[in-house]
Amino acid sequence: MAVEALSSAPRVKVAPWNDPVIRGWVFQVVVVGLVGLLAWYLVSNTITNLERQKIASGFHYLDREAGFEIGDTMIAYSPASTYARAILVGLLNTLKVSVLGVIMATFLGTAIGVGKLSNNWLLAKICEWYVEAFRNVPLLLWLFLFYKLISEAFPGPRQAIGAFWNTVYLSNRGLYFPVPVADPIYKWMGVALLVGIAGAWALHRWAKKRQELTGQPFPSISAGFGVALGLPIIVWLLGGAPHHMSWPELKGFNFDGGTVIQPEFTALLLGLVLYTSAFVAEIVRSGILALHKGQSEAAMALGLSRGQVMRLVLLPQALRVIVPPMTSQYLNITKNSSLAIAIGYPDLVASINVTINQTGQAIENVLIIMAAYLSISLSISAFMNWYNKRIALRER
Amino acid sequence: MTDMPVGERKQLAPPVDDSGPFGWTRKHLFSSWGNGITTLVLIVAVAWILSWFLEWAVFTANFTASTGSECRGGGACWALIREKARLIFFGTFPFEQQWRPFFAVIIMLAMLITTSDRRMWRPWRLLAIWSIGSFFTFLLMFGQLHIPLSLFLVVALVIGGVGMFFRKAIAQAGEMNTYRALAAIGLVGLVLLVLGILPNWKLPIAPFSYVETGLWGGIPVTLILATYGLLFAFPYGILLALGRRSNLPLIKGLCVGFIELIRGVPLISLLIMASVMLPLFLPTGVTFDKFLRAQVAIILFAGAYIAEIIRGGLQSLPKGQFEAADAMGLNYVQKTTLIILPQALRVVIPPLINTFIGFFKDTSLVLIIGIFDFLNTANQALVDPAWAGYPGEVYLFAAFVYFCFCYSMSRYSKYLEVELNKGTRR
Repeated sequence: MAVEALSSAPRVKVAPWNDPVIRGWVFQVVVVGLVGLLAWYLVSNTITNLERQKIASGFHYLDREAGFEIGDTMIAYSPASTYARAILVGLLNTLKVSVLGVIMATFLGTAIGVGKLSNNWLLAKICEWYVEAFRNVPLLLWLFLFYKLISEAFPGPRQAIGAFWNTVYLSNRGLYFPVPVADPIYKWMGVALLVGIAGAWALHRWAKKRQELTGQPFPSISAGFGVALGLPIIVWLLGGAPHHMSWPELKGFNFDGGTVIQPEFTALLLGLVLYTSAFVAEIVRSGILALHKGQSEAAMALGLSRGQVMRLVLLPQALRVIVPPMTSQYLNITKNSSLAIAIGYPDLVASINVTINQTGQAIENVLIIMAAYLSISLSISAFMNWYNKRIALRER
Repeated sequence: MTDMPVGERKQLAPPVDDSGPFGWTRKHLFSSWGNGITTLVLIVAVAWILSWFLEWAVFTANFTASTGSECRGGGACWALIREKARLIFFGTFPFEQQWRPFFAVIIMLAMLITTSDRRMWRPWRLLAIWSIGSFFTFLLMFGQLHIPLSLFLVVALVIGGVGMFFRKAIAQAGEMNTYRALAAIGLVGLVLLVLGILPNWKLPIAPFSYVETGLWGGIPVTLILATYGLLFAFPYGILLALGRRSNLPLIKGLCVGFIELIRGVPLISLLIMASVMLPLFLPTGVTFDKFLRAQVAIILFAGAYIAEIIRGGLQSLPKGQFEAADAMGLNYVQKTTLIILPQALRVVIPPLINTFIGFFKDTSLVLIIGIFDFLNTANQALVDPAWAGYPGEVYLFAAFVYFCFCYSMSRYSKYLEVELNKGTRR
């Protein structure tokens, strides 16, 4: 600031060693030079060490056969697949647990945060103690606790608890439930769902525009749901309504058929959601408390219904306070999902850790971890910043 | 209402009495039908869960069994905690020497508690508390400390140099001379040491047997990693925050890049990096203790987060403070240390304590690279086959201990927030 002010005024002649601009540049060059020297020292050490220990470098290992099993995969994978494939499987698992965790923690946390403000004393106290209990204990401890409880408290596959007329089985190997047998029509149903969602969105835009022009409301929410869900059902009926299911059956020591939610995944998701929802609850609560009471009173005086007050007046304002800290909670879920390694869920860090142990190429693998998490973090921040800008107060 | 004749005025019922226990219940629990039903459902649910929990944890619990099999069939097996308490609290520290980590923990707690008293917030008092306390903590934990002459010389040089630089315009002549003397002794001594004229003499303090860091475990490890992690990350976080707010583009770029890089990746990846990559970075033959590597990773990680908090404090200062300091003719260092930081740091003390709580919990991640922190020693208590099958008890106990630490710290942070704002609150 001071430098700007000086530069616009006629400059006073000073000796070069007293000129703030020159001093600034000298200081910067010295600091950057020192950092550069340190980096050069570390890199040269690393190169010598790698040569001495005969560790290969470069990313060629990614094309080699991985040779290790992964318990939970979203895409086709076998030990004969490459390391690149194994890392991709881990990355997809990280994304799966993060996305589910973000959605569930948002809903649960909002409910708890609103509950903390309830005028029912008992409900408010219970929500308060929920928040205190979950956020004052390390996440890792919750993960261990849930994992051990699931894997030790539930019976083995042979004594599995059957539910819903023995179509769903709960055991210490996870929750088994039936799934439809693969059919080409399901792919088209997915496409129909996407088309339906796009259609619902267009309908909503049209309804909003019409209401602004003519004042006539249109039930765009229920109509939108109808379009988004109706299209896939029509496609399913047109495709001959395939209804073959794959049922879980006990064969030998384990179940066959159906699909399974594994205990590692359940424990990880449960831990992430319960832990993060405690923080989300505090954010939501402070967002609502930040609003002046006059806002809801004025909206009610205008004759809006309770739902409209919430949707049109309170929420848009509270979101401005809530979104920035919520972004960092979403980032935390993504980063904390890396604790999966401790309970044996095959996420990105777990896949990479096995790869490091097998190939010895630590540097390349740590670079992959960092690049992956950085790009996930940056995309979440970019999206949330865009959303924040959209809902921000427009000052004219 | 007022222009109605008296007889036609509507008589309103008196407001419902909400004083006394009965009124309180009506107002807070049964204010409406929906509220009343919610209350009843919650009471039933809480009573059901509590009765089940008390049955398990107290009434049918076993406190005295000597092996795990004696606990079978009953409720909670708290006898396991009694049996394994010393393993959980102090890990694999030599058994008959475990009074040492016990007193180390007491000293660290005492340091933390005295530091939380606002009367102690003077540089010299804090320096005295932390240097003496740390010395005894590490003496107890290691058993023997060999302090090299070079450390004394470096400390003299740093104190002298810092004093000469920062107290230039303020200190009396006597104080300045002390700084000059200290700096001169340190500098001359170090030069002589490097030239080989002075022998690298070590001050041996060896009252106990030496215990290496690999044997440390439990509460002291968690406390040391969190406390010293934050202690060292603090000055470095201040530098990063100042760098990020600087007008100098290269410095700003370096700091922004570092902070965002660290904040974008999980702590686990840094810990894995510290355990597998750090040995590669160092010259051949130089090895680094695993405990120290984890500590370095935590310091690097915490620094980036602290920097962002301190940046918040710096941004909360009005521009006039910077401009007034410039107008007084203070240089950058004087402006920062005398005007800006004292005000900025004051604002960020409560969020800093919340960060400390976060790091206290996050130190549990070091178990992934094989360090025996409190959570890991709790895990070790489950390994014994004689006591297999009671994970719930051990984890609940560990959760309780963590909760006591974190909850009291969060209460303290809330209290400080109120206390520090007394001046500006209306």
